[in-house]
Amino acid sequence: MKHEAIEKNVGLMIILIIVSLLFGTLVELVPLFFAKETNEPIAGLKPLPALELEGRDIYVREGCNTCHSQMIRPLRAETERYGHYSVAGEFVYDHPFLWGSKRTGPDLARVGKRYSDDWHRAHMYNPRDVVPESNMPAFPWLFDNDIDGSRTGTKMAGLRKVGVPYTDEDIAGAAGAVEGKKEIDALVAYLQQLGTLLQSRR
Amino acid sequence: MASFWSLWIIILTSITFVAMVWVLFANRKREQQPTDKTTGHEYDGIQEYDNPLPAWWFYMFVITIVWGAAYLVIYPGMGNFPGILGWTQIEQHDREVAAADEKFRAMRDRYMALPVEEIAGDPAVRKMGMRMFSNNCAQCHGADAKGSYGFPNLTDGDWIFGGTPDAIKASITQGRQAAMPAWGTVIGDQGVEEVTAYVMSINGREADEAKVAAGEKHYQTYCAACHAADATGNPALGSPNLKNGIWLYGGNIEQVAHSIRAGRNGVMPAHENLLSEDKIHILTAYVYGLNQ
Repeated sequence: MKHEAIEKNVGLMIILIIVSLLFGTLVELVPLFFAKETNEPIAGLKPLPALELEGRDIYVREGCNTCHSQMIRPLRAETERYGHYSVAGEFVYDHPFLWGSKRTGPDLARVGKRYSDDWHRAHMYNPRDVVPESNMPAFPWLFDNDIDGSRTGTKMAGLRKVGVPYTDEDIAGAAGAVEGKKEIDALVAYLQQLGTLLQSRR
Repeated sequence: MASFWSLWIIILTSITFVAMVWVLFANRKREQQPTDKTTGHEYDGIQEYDNPLPAWWFYMFVITIVWGAAYLVIYPGMGNFPGILGWTQIEQHDREVAAADEKFRAMRDRYMALPVEEIAGDPAVRKMGMRMFSNNCAQCHGADAKGSYGFPNLTDGDWIFGGTPDAIKASITQGRQAAMPAWGTVIGDQGVEEVTAYVMSINGREADEAKVAAGEKHYQTYCAACHAADATGNPALGSPNLKNGIWLYGGNIEQVAHSIRAGRNGVMPAHENLLSEDKIHILTAYVYGLNQ
């Protein structure tokens, strides 16, 4: 085919560009849609309960994932500090995933149960109170804002459509489960369950 | 990976390889067009030379293709083919961990065999302990181990759950859960005020005498079981000494009253699933040594 024919025919050029880009997608992405490693939850993995789910949305809203990753790579330096490396089966119910790509703060993939609830609350209210050298922003409004449970069930129903196995009871009880909770309660509940299914002594 | 997808990857990758080689060689030009040396098109009087790709550029493409092919032979990439090295990320990680274990084993065994009291002053233990403390403990207890509001100071010689090596090791390994109940509903606002007055008085602070007397009665009924009749506390229960001037949650009237009214439930997380025994041993020695 003449170079000129492609260059002077936008439609043909678009098609050929898509075809060449598709090769990467077809090879690197599509097989993962069907792979066991990426689709099978690890033992014990459950969909997040209502309060933790709302906490996750607060995590997303406050942009925690822009400074904290949730992905421990299989390198000794990382597993020594954070614990067992992350595996794909831990993120099967994560939509969207919150792996992050930058660590201004530490990785949080296994932060669950590392600190007490009190510590998390003090730390969110003003990180400098417990870690004087911290440059993390304070999030005092989380202590004032109530969780709006009116849409928690809808979120669960939406997640169910993409394969998270919420039951009808989960969805029906969602609003009640977050009733009267503050945003900080939800965020701490979310953090305290992160990565607790896989543990290794180091 | 299922063999279908393995085959899928191998075939598509191979097609891509062949296509790239074809694009590179089929379009290769060695010399300029003999006629007018341009591509033949003209826009507003601007013409474009039709020069061949510089040879170094062309060969760089060739090198990347050869590199890619060699990579796929040596490392995993072609579907289920593991590569001739058999390399995996996880295996490399496990090897690094095993190498580190090997390197440090002798030293760890030596320290594990010695009691905490003996190694607490060892400079190497203090150095390692400080590193581990920074990574695992400093978030709550502070980089200087002096604690903060709600998180105990580990350098003041005052121990809520005991300061013997065994007690420190148990605190790190199993964690601790303090359980000061909320007394507000039991003794009422006035009761809280009276007990607060009593606690102030045993610390040599000013307090209304009538309230102190009433507070002492409450104290002996409700508080003495854990904090002891003489208010020196009980490490077995994690109930602090109330008259040594050390306050985990603040020692002013409002804070003491709040502790009595609403209770306190400090938590030290367990580390038995996080840290190996020898690291806990060294950490224990480090924390113990902070007070020697």
